[in-house]
Amino acid sequence: MMSKLELKEDRMLEVQFVGDDDVLNHILDREADVLTGAKLKKERTQLLVNTKKIIKKPEYDLEEDDQEVLKDQNYVEVLGRDIQASELAKTPRKNVSLSLKNDPEIINIPQCSKGHSASDNVQLKNNDKSEFLSTAPSGLKKRLIVPRSHSDSESEYSTSNSEDDDGVAQENEEDTNEVILNQKIPSQNRAVSAPVCKETPSKKMKRDKTSDLVEEYFEAHSSSKVLTSDRTLQKLKRAKLDQQTLRNLLSKVSPSFSAELKQLSQQYEQLFHKWMLQLRLGFNIVLYGLGSKRDLLERFRTTVLQDSIHVVINGFFPGISVKSILNSITEEVLNHMGTFRSVLDQLDWIVNKFKEDSSLELFLLIHNLDSQMLRGDKSQQIIGQLSSLRNIYLIASIDHLNAPLMWDHAKQSLYNWLWYETTTYSPYTEETSYENSLLVKQSGSLPLSSLIHVLRSLTPNARGIFRLLIKYQLDNLDNPSYIGLSFQDFYQQCREAFLVNSDLTLRAQLTEFRDHKLIRTKKGTDGVEYLLIPVDNGTLRDFLEREEEES
Amino acid sequence: MATSSVSKGCFVFKPNFKKRKISVPVEDYFNKGKNESEDSKLRFETYQLIWQQMKSETERLQEELNKNLFDSLIEFLRKSYSGFQKSSRDWGCQIKLREIPTAALILDMKHFLQKLVSQLMMDCCVDEETKEGSIQVAQKKTHCSMDSLSSWYTNVTRKTDPKMPRKKRTSSSQWQSPPVVLILKDMESFTTKVLQDFIIISSQHLHEFPLILIFGIATSPIIIHRLLPHAVSSLLCIELFQSLSCKEHLTTVLDKLLLTTQFPFKLSEKVLQILTNIFLYHDFSIQNFIKGLQLSLLEHFYSQPLSVLCCNLPEAKRRINFLSDNQCENIRRLPSFRRYVEKQASEKQVALLTNERFLKEEIQSLLENLHVYHSNYFLVLRCLHQFTSSLPKYPLGRQIRELYCTCLEKNIWDSEEYVSALQLLRMLAKDELMTILQKCFKIFKSTSEKQLGSTAKRIEEFLAQFQNLDEAKEEEDTSGSLSKGLQKTDLYHLQKSLLEMKELRRTNKKQTRFEVLREKVVNFIDSLVREYLLPPETQPLHEVVYFTAGHTLREHLNAAPRIALHTALNNPYYYLKNEALKSEEGCIPNVAPDICIAYKLHLECSRLINLVDWSEAFATVVTAAEKMDADSATSEERNEIIHARFIRAVSELELLGFIKPTKQKTDHVARLTWGGC
Repeated sequence: MMSKLELKEDRMLEVQFVGDDDVLNHILDREADVLTGAKLKKERTQLLVNTKKIIKKPEYDLEEDDQEVLKDQNYVEVLGRDIQASELAKTPRKNVSLSLKNDPEIINIPQCSKGHSASDNVQLKNNDKSEFLSTAPSGLKKRLIVPRSHSDSESEYSTSNSEDDDGVAQENEEDTNEVILNQKIPSQNRAVSAPVCKETPSKKMKRDKTSDLVEEYFEAHSSSKVLTSDRTLQKLKRAKLDQQTLRNLLSKVSPSFSAELKQLSQQYEQLFHKWMLQLRLGFNIVLYGLGSKRDLLERFRTTVLQDSIHVVINGFFPGISVKSILNSITEEVLNHMGTFRSVLDQLDWIVNKFKEDSSLELFLLIHNLDSQMLRGDKSQQIIGQLSSLRNIYLIASIDHLNAPLMWDHAKQSLYNWLWYETTTYSPYTEETSYENSLLVKQSGSLPLSSLIHVLRSLTPNARGIFRLLIKYQLDNLDNPSYIGLSFQDFYQQCREAFLVNSDLTLRAQLTEFRDHKLIRTKKGTDGVEYLLIPVDNGTLRDFLEREEEES
Repeated sequence: MATSSVSKGCFVFKPNFKKRKISVPVEDYFNKGKNESEDSKLRFETYQLIWQQMKSETERLQEELNKNLFDSLIEFLRKSYSGFQKSSRDWGCQIKLREIPTAALILDMKHFLQKLVSQLMMDCCVDEETKEGSIQVAQKKTHCSMDSLSSWYTNVTRKTDPKMPRKKRTSSSQWQSPPVVLILKDMESFTTKVLQDFIIISSQHLHEFPLILIFGIATSPIIIHRLLPHAVSSLLCIELFQSLSCKEHLTTVLDKLLLTTQFPFKLSEKVLQILTNIFLYHDFSIQNFIKGLQLSLLEHFYSQPLSVLCCNLPEAKRRINFLSDNQCENIRRLPSFRRYVEKQASEKQVALLTNERFLKEEIQSLLENLHVYHSNYFLVLRCLHQFTSSLPKYPLGRQIRELYCTCLEKNIWDSEEYVSALQLLRMLAKDELMTILQKCFKIFKSTSEKQLGSTAKRIEEFLAQFQNLDEAKEEEDTSGSLSKGLQKTDLYHLQKSLLEMKELRRTNKKQTRFEVLREKVVNFIDSLVREYLLPPETQPLHEVVYFTAGHTLREHLNAAPRIALHTALNNPYYYLKNEALKSEEGCIPNVAPDICIAYKLHLECSRLINLVDWSEAFATVVTAAEKMDADSATSEERNEIIHARFIRAVSELELLGFIKPTKQKTDHVARLTWGGC
């Protein structure tokens, strides 16, 4: 589609001249619309515009234009093309597409921040204007890249173009573009620029920016509705990739800046000895910064830790737990074959062991100490207690933005951290490779296989029961208020299919499902239990297909 | 052996048994990291030595500071215990003694309770045993009642009774049925309900289960009443103990570790500022402060080859003789030494730069000077502090550390604050001045430095002169001129005459003898300051003992991972130093790493992000970048690869905590941060 767009754009890129009359007609139409919609008097608007001007914020420049349109014919003439452009850009078409301009580096993310301005205006006008604004024809607001030299006309403007009518939209946009960019040369060669950063770095601007940020925050969070485009990945053919294909594809990408990256990592490697020294002197080391630190730690391990006992812990491993860490210490490091009543007991035992025998030394390497599984308070407390031992040395990496929040003062003093920044830019291949950490494109192969695996071990009746639930869930795919199948209905269905003979049997069966995490129960508002399969629908469908094939 | 697997997350590596025996000594790491620098072994040993000394000094300090508190606490325990004894005999006061003796400790120091526990262990180890025992019981039985607890208690005391006399022979034989001491470390974190119930129940059983509570409180004593209603708190017989505030603690630590010639190692102004700032604005933790000190010590010895001379003076002099040629060269390269050389006569310059032996002799004398400088410095600093710490508004700071920082930073007499402080000093009353002078006298008297011995004498003289003032009657008659002004006059004339009088007074005001003397004292102090409180940068060889790399300290102690992450994403040039990545502020070039582009694009969205739009925007940027190279692969394949790259970038951003999947809308992710730059 994109290439098509590009082609079109080549053809359609031209400025269309529109006569003044047309413009006026257009505006007056619009004006009427608006006025009926919001029941606003002209004078009032005008007045409001003035207030707006006083608190002029660059972000709303075009909003302002919008208002000014309402003012007067004279104004329209004065403003001329400007208005025409923004007017046209706001033609009441509601859909969005990514627009490409002849300067391909200029990127817009179609994103509706209409919510902001709406609430802002509500504030200003103390009137029921939100309706007017949100129904105003500008469907989505885009941010356009403007050369930074002209910072005060931060161009956030609304545009909407439709897929079936690209030409017009393109042209409109071009028009607007020109209006906003007039007198300046569009940045030609590069720039994906965030609008927020567009201000000149003068101090005054900075202050403005912070206050803007604060306001923006509250604007964005004041309305519960966030408007974004409705397009879904299903329309794109290549939406879903599984782990293997992803890897294959990525392996074809030649990494950029390899020389620089190598230099960076060499720089960090020179610290290895210092780290060892500091570890031995009672500090523990935590690495932070963008990029996977796995390779770095791995190199650390192979270069300096070869002759000492060490445990590598992959925090990003979905099945990791403190228990398993302690187990590997007691069983494999200390060769203890016993069980413990609790994790704390085990910890005490380890602590005593290490305190008794000062010749014992252990290095712990934890990749992603801040991972989902380890970030809990208890886990951190236990690891902290381990690390505070004189002869256990901990070197760990953290990646999450808010990772340091895990540690309060008590834990920090247990850990006795020394921080090292190691920005590597290397991809988090291993860390994101486990099924749960991939965001959207879950291949589903893992849940599918586990589903099949679990269900094979069940009785035919149990399988039938489960299949019933799957079918019901798939039938209700399009029902947005679907919260699950109520137990009573389910029982009825199962009876009818001769799968169970009493609700006790069904309950027993459900307990088994629940133990395998195949279903989830939820209490509805009416107090009735609803059953739900917490697996995504695609997987369920695959599963059904496969079942049918087999039978 | 690989360290990644789909079935486990822990990998244990054990080297061969033979190999393990040869463990690398720590000091090896000290020298190997740097390019085999000078005297590393010696330096490491010096580090160890100084650190041990400092550590034991701080421990001693802490013990001293807490001694009073410990003593009174133990006294309290003893007292309440004997209360139990009495009550068991005297049924009359049984009812009254429903109250559980409670000690409320207000603590400023975090690890204080640990100490307390260990102290208690020494003093009454039985208590600890019983306490631990009771916890175990509670763990074993889920249905644990107070009855079972008290019966267990009688059991245990009966069992331990025969042992008791042996253990506690030193203390009086009273300890027959020892009380159970329960320490609630962090009272604020308890659920009030549990605490209340516990107190009510145990107060019922107090006669058979003597219990003493110790609450550790970090905020203020009011919290007890906020957590416990009156009905409950009336069951407690609370006594309050307050520990020293952590700021005072810091002052003592600084005083004993840095403002002294006992330890050769010194911190520069910046480093000290960073450490105190971390302390005051981040954690109030002495422990962390000490950690910072340890790190600076380590860094100093690790990075400065000449730190080998950072030890006590006789040892340093000995070491100078063994300095290698390389080290001599290092010394010649020191900026402070170069400045020193330039000031010398030309023959001496040549000799210093060429003759090793001459250089070494010179270094010896310089180091000696440095030592003398320090001992004078701290004396005068303390003296000045005596003067300025009582001034209104504290122009030079209330704490000596503030004064010290200013003095380290620059010539203090150039600062406005110093001038205003002197002005205020010129207005001090006699008795104030005398007490300060007496304190200063004590300070100077305490040392036997030759140079400053005369100062002590001068101060003594001043004191004597002040005393003489008392005895000699004030000659001046102050009441002379006032009598004539009492005529009837209008406002205008009154004003005029008052102004005239003022003029008159100013011009031929005769200073009293006290004022003359006060002026002398202030000038004397001023001259002392100008002579001895020179900033350390003026001293040759100051680099040997001063640690200056404050930025490394901040980096490692008070890191800002969020900022690092943001910089890396926003401005890859900062790390990668590739010209292609250079850009204006706020923009990033399209050749930047994928994650940076995805991040930048995501900044433009509000709370929700449509993945489709995001991916298309990403693709556009990336294709634009690639066009410049060459379109090698077919477009379909290229698109796929780009899509894969996008997926990677998105999941990386998720890992970093910038976005998370949401169910609010299909194929959307929610942004977790707000704001652009």
